[in-house]
Amino acid sequence: MATTEPKKLPTLPVIENPTRRAAVKGGFATLGAAAFVAAVSPLRQAAKTATAAEFMQKHYAELTPEQKADVIARLEAEAAEKYGAEVTIADDRPIPGTKFVYAINLSVCNGNGKCVEACHKENNHDRATNQSYIRVLEMPKGTMDMEQGSTTYTGTVPKDDKFYLPVQCQQCDEPPCVDVCPVKATWKEDDGIVVVDYNWCIGCRYCEAACPYHARRFNWKAPEVPAEEINPDQSYLSNRVRPVGVVEKCTYCLHRTRRGKLPACLEACPTGARVFGNILDPESSIRWILENKRVYILKEELGTKPAFFYFFD
Amino acid sequence: MSSASATESHITSYPKFVGRSLWLATEGSLGFYAWMTMLTAVFLVGANAWANQVAGGMIGTNMTDQVSWGLYIANFTFMVGLAAGGVMMVIPAYLYHDRKMHDVVIIGELLAIAAIVMCLMFVVADLGRPDRFWHMMPFIGKFNFPISMLTWDVIVLNGYLLLNLHICGYLLYMRFLGLKPNPVWYVPFVMLSIVWAISIHTVTAFLYCGLGGRPFWNTALLAPRFLASAFVSGPAFIIVAMVLIKRLTGVVGLDDPIATLTRIIRVTILVNLLMVASELFTEFYTGGAHASAAKYLFFGLHGKTALVPWTWTAIGLNMTAALLFLWPGLLSLRWRPLLVAACAMAFVGAWIEKGMGLIIPGFVPSTLHEIVEYVPSQLEWKVTVGIWAFGLMVFTIAIKTALPTLKQPAEH
Ligand code: SF4
Ligand code: SF4
Repeated sequence: MATTEPKKLPTLPVIENPTRRAAVKGGFATLGAAAFVAAVSPLRQAAKTATAAEFMQKHYAELTPEQKADVIARLEAEAAEKYGAEVTIADDRPIPGTKFVYAINLSVCNGNGKCVEACHKENNHDRATNQSYIRVLEMPKGTMDMEQGSTTYTGTVPKDDKFYLPVQCQQCDEPPCVDVCPVKATWKEDDGIVVVDYNWCIGCRYCEAACPYHARRFNWKAPEVPAEEINPDQSYLSNRVRPVGVVEKCTYCLHRTRRGKLPACLEACPTGARVFGNILDPESSIRWILENKRVYILKEELGTKPAFFYFFD
Repeated sequence: MSSASATESHITSYPKFVGRSLWLATEGSLGFYAWMTMLTAVFLVGANAWANQVAGGMIGTNMTDQVSWGLYIANFTFMVGLAAGGVMMVIPAYLYHDRKMHDVVIIGELLAIAAIVMCLMFVVADLGRPDRFWHMMPFIGKFNFPISMLTWDVIVLNGYLLLNLHICGYLLYMRFLGLKPNPVWYVPFVMLSIVWAISIHTVTAFLYCGLGGRPFWNTALLAPRFLASAFVSGPAFIIVAMVLIKRLTGVVGLDDPIATLTRIIRVTILVNLLMVASELFTEFYTGGAHASAAKYLFFGLHGKTALVPWTWTAIGLNMTAALLFLWPGLLSLRWRPLLVAACAMAFVGAWIEKGMGLIIPGFVPSTLHEIVEYVPSQLEWKVTVGIWAFGLMVFTIAIKTALPTLKQPAEH
């Protein structure tokens, strides 16, 4: 390659024997490209599990009823294939005239964690990480400062000098998590429940950073649930087994509550600390509590307007 | 293979120009080939790590639900600063008509291009579902504009990339045609790019400081602080690049621009330190729960101290660099190695301050005051270094395409 170069043009030197150089460069470029293809070959593995239909799927709000039916059939088949479980996935919609709110009686809650466990099972959470949408803080009496609390407490409960503060998604009326989502993968439904379209979320985790209540969870890996432990009663926007790489959250068990049942955490609570209902129904117990108890909300100063209340007797 | 004639249509001559530039940019000494081969190798390691991350899920990173952003977003934030920092050449060149700077201003613009390419790569590396990136594209996806700050960021970053591609492309293309660039076609864009550079870093700051639930970020000073440190790291990188360019290619006329940038850093580095100090004053003098992230950062919290060594390293580097920049002798040619060292210190200092020192403490303690620490995994480091290698490749190639233009001033 040690050819003498002829006199250069001021700006663009002419290279002698460009064909030979081009061949060498082309060789290197091909080599580089081949190495690149080899380097990213694990992607092929990932692509195998993702179908074209899944890739092309539109946002939940833009699916026609027929398309929705197709998608749901596909997801059910996937659950059978990947998890070996027969599941039914419904598309539960909000009931008009309903606004769900939740309240917890902190005088009664004793930190036993049954709600955490029930949520884990009900919502088909990954078994290995023991995930749940609920976290219970053990707090010293006499403070509301969460910094003093602990989520990793052990020993028999309740302890005399402590009280217990369960925290889950507050279904905010001004949800910062929804505002920040760049692709509208998460939104607030008419009955007040904030949901995620797991097939639209791109996994940027901006919502996780924005939520002041640590209510969102990311699927760092595909959830693993043994077939016999899978809860087959599922809903598209709720407890169906989530794909890897997307964010999920508490939906007040909309696959139950929109069908007239109570949230799993409430049913599991042995102390009766939990109250759930439709605030628009004047006869509901939740309405009575909000009207007659001294009720407060978490981090009020942030203006998120939770639909989740705490009270003491 | 002579220059295309000016009468030829741009449709055919622009591709010719691009092809020729690429051809030339891949010509070079043995050292150049070694450098590019090294970068390619590192990039391939990163690409492989990323492919594994996509295939296996982000479990391969050390991020958690408590610390949900880590090394990638830290680097992204820093790279936005580097891209914006390039404007510190543009301002003297175009607003103050600094002739010497004008001749080499393209270095800053090319840096901006490479840095934005890296930004976009870091964002993609951070996505849990990169296969769904098209959901973020306006019109075909579902763009949450103007509510989500992230969509603003997508717009301003891509806009900045296009602006700089246009400016550099136009100037180099005119050179290729042997024509004098017509100011109408680039000066307005240069002016726009000045405002735009400020906007990319402001919007990126708004990404964080708009989150009420994260007290460590929720400060009005974040955007100005971002800018101040960008105006340190950007010029610092360019100074080192220019010292190298002078050494390796014999481009002349770089000493005055280096001196100008040194004087700029002299001011911006102090402004940056002042802002950091005033933030720390509010945090620590007021105290209370809001200061716990800062406490964690500087001294550790409840025995957890993962960030403390990072923080004090950054402070040490920033302070030493600031002192060096204050010393008038640093401008002299004799002390070039010291100038390079000072720039390196300021650069690394800013990288830590804006990366590990800003993103991570936003998540520690978590919103429920859990203290979950974060140390990047090997996979994250590989991907990160791979993206840096790619960025350096882009920058090297870009500078090489501009070399004929850069050498120009010496010829008349
Ligand atoms: S608690 Fe968090 S996840 Fe739930 S609505 Fe509010 S901000 Fe969103
Ligand atoms: S992680 Fe998903 S739901 Fe959350 S902001 Fe990003 S795209 Fe939206």
